[in-house]
Amino acid sequence: MSLVSEGADFQESLAGTRLAEPSLATVGDYVALMKPRVMSLVVFTALVGLAVAPGSLHPLTGFTALLCIAVGAGAAGALNMWYDADVDAVMTRTARRPVPMGRVRPGEALAFGLTLGSFAVVVFGLLVNWLAAGLLAFTIFFYIVVYTVWLKRSTPQNIVIGGAAGAFPPMIGWAAATGSLSLEPVLLFLIILFWTPPHFWALALYRTEDYARAGVPMLPVVAGDTSTRRQILLYTLILVPLGITPWLFGYTGALYGTTAVVAGAAMVALGWQVLRERRPAERASRNLFAFSILYLFLLFAVLLVERGWGGLIARLAA
Amino acid sequence: MGRADRPVGGVSTGIAMSEQRDDEGIVLTEAQKRARRSRSVAIALALAALVILFYVMTLVKGPGVLIRPI
Repeated sequence: MSLVSEGADFQESLAGTRLAEPSLATVGDYVALMKPRVMSLVVFTALVGLAVAPGSLHPLTGFTALLCIAVGAGAAGALNMWYDADVDAVMTRTARRPVPMGRVRPGEALAFGLTLGSFAVVVFGLLVNWLAAGLLAFTIFFYIVVYTVWLKRSTPQNIVIGGAAGAFPPMIGWAAATGSLSLEPVLLFLIILFWTPPHFWALALYRTEDYARAGVPMLPVVAGDTSTRRQILLYTLILVPLGITPWLFGYTGALYGTTAVVAGAAMVALGWQVLRERRPAERASRNLFAFSILYLFLLFAVLLVERGWGGLIARLAA
Repeated sequence: MGRADRPVGGVSTGIAMSEQRDDEGIVLTEAQKRARRSRSVAIALALAALVILFYVMTLVKGPGVLIRPI
């Protein structure tokens, strides 16, 4: 069977549409391909990395950097939806995405992602700097090839290693502002890296059947419920001290330190509740999943207010 | 081989065109035309934004536009 006919079979079985029909994809479908909610978190963490970095940066260069990071994140989202269309089609959470719904063909998503990604990296390199552009290119490569293609379907450690892709944006923002890297953006990278497992495993605990049906070896599917709950608490216990380190190293003030301690204590308390909870109860898992988003947002927002806001205003005034 | 029988995007158009005459080619529905128009407008706006971005960044950087530190 040729690749073309395999693709046709997949498309027809997936969406019940005819390949030969001209596309009905709207601009909104292409926006959905870029995972705007993920993109907003990526832009926010990149903004923090860019704002807390030392030195001066023209506001327009900063805007261009964030635009390229946003478009690069969108490209990664589109390429992920292209490759994962078969998995997305059988999962409740993702079944209504444009490719499994048949509104955008896999080939269109692939072309869209490759075009966006290429433009984002080249424009970033030409208008900002090539270190940041190289990091963006590596992040897209890591998310698609290492996480989506390789790890996601082959190991329960998929999001532990793959989480690095989501952790790079503050480093890219820092590199865009300074043309170099240092310990501080690496700390921000580590915070997001160790935040990812408790965040996604909390979700996977109450979506286990979804992942099992799709054949994705998430930790609850492979190692079971109890082991996952232990791992969530373990990673939370690593995350919380990491969240405090920017303050301990003197990079931030008391407001950040207090926020990291209080929010970190809440994360540990929720992780403990998850450990004690047993299925079919899922309230603690849902609470941890929701609070983990707030936790990360709080840390970075306070960092932005405390460290970055003054820097941003100074740059705008310069 | 008429236009309607030629492959589009590497896939035979025979299924879609089975109800149409060969010399008509692909006839878009109103919904398809609207979708194509909205995509075309979005691409045009994105390209215009890119041109403006390069123009303004060139003004901002001045002679330093050719200096791109790694």
